[in-house]
Amino acid sequence: MFSPGDRILVAVSGGKDSLALWDILLELGYDVDGLFVNLGIGDYSSDSGHFAWKFAEARGLKLRTIDLRSEFNFDIPAGSRAARRAPCSVCGLSKRHLFDDAALRGNYNALATGHNLDDEAAVLLGNVLRWEHEYLGRQRPVLQAGGGFPKKVKPLVRLAERETAAYCVLRGIEYMLEECPLAEGNRHLAYKEALNGIEDRSPGVKHSFYFGFQDRSLPLFTNDGGPTTKPISCERCGASGNGQVCAFCRLLERTGGNLPSPPASVNIRGTKSVANGHGGNRHG
Amino acid sequence: MLTVAGQRVIAGRLEMVRVSLRNPPRVLEFDGPVAVTTLLTKLDLRRDCVLVIRDGTLVPGDAMLEADAEVELRSVISGGADGR
Repeated sequence: MFSPGDRILVAVSGGKDSLALWDILLELGYDVDGLFVNLGIGDYSSDSGHFAWKFAEARGLKLRTIDLRSEFNFDIPAGSRAARRAPCSVCGLSKRHLFDDAALRGNYNALATGHNLDDEAAVLLGNVLRWEHEYLGRQRPVLQAGGGFPKKVKPLVRLAERETAAYCVLRGIEYMLEECPLAEGNRHLAYKEALNGIEDRSPGVKHSFYFGFQDRSLPLFTNDGGPTTKPISCERCGASGNGQVCAFCRLLERTGGNLPSPPASVNIRGTKSVANGHGGNRHG
Repeated sequence: MLTVAGQRVIAGRLEMVRVSLRNPPRVLEFDGPVAVTTLLTKLDLRRDCVLVIRDGTLVPGDAMLEADAEVELRSVISGGADGR
């Protein structure tokens, strides 16, 4: 996933997984900065930011915050209403855009997220249930840089979320314990619950489900076997996407938000001809 | 004393195992001593879905909680949007 000396940007939510990931990477000696996105979801967002900042300040780490309201004039609840999309969908596309952008602008070698085995198995279940061919082809722990996207890695994919929570307790890491109020009842949690029920009767099934897919079935869904889209640069912000205007700029259009600033360098965002499987990968 | 499914709620008595939970935040009391597995069964919680925490450290699943123990049951399940 990484090489010694790589600069890594960790997407920090203030929750157990991202803070555990940041802590583990630091312990391993990597040069790691954090990025927190304030989603404007009431106390949940401000409290989450508190834990992210507390972690960073206690260790003298660099943490950048992007505030959706002040920088883009919208928040997730407003974006969800304006776009008539589920809050988790609007949240996901916003964070993907902003994390990708920050990783590219900051010249980081990789963008790391705290997705764990439970997350990935639940996403896989959702994608299999709907046979989301393109999403399945993207569901891998490492996506190489290319096509205007940064390298993306999920170092915790072998750990259950119980293990990341336990790690935080044992390391004395305080994290956000409340769940997002807008996530209640989403499909992703339903898939997790279903898998936990199966795991209860058949221990190890989540691991064999996800890694069996990685080892044996993923090639069936890669670019050779499924539909591909050629990433093109958004005519407004320069980000890579599937249309003339990227999903984030289309969201801003609907919310009346501020357009993002143009790319720092067209060299890192120029139109490429290789689809490398970046973008959303889950049905939550 | 309010009783919910055999659990005595906020009684504040000694000789009870006090268990704090979240979402919603509440404290339940159980007759002690009680095994962690028994406690989880009474609360209909899966072992894989919670941590049992006492004095800032983890309590093993096969532990026995003495009568005056105070523990936190912390859910480990989180979920929402992609892109963390």
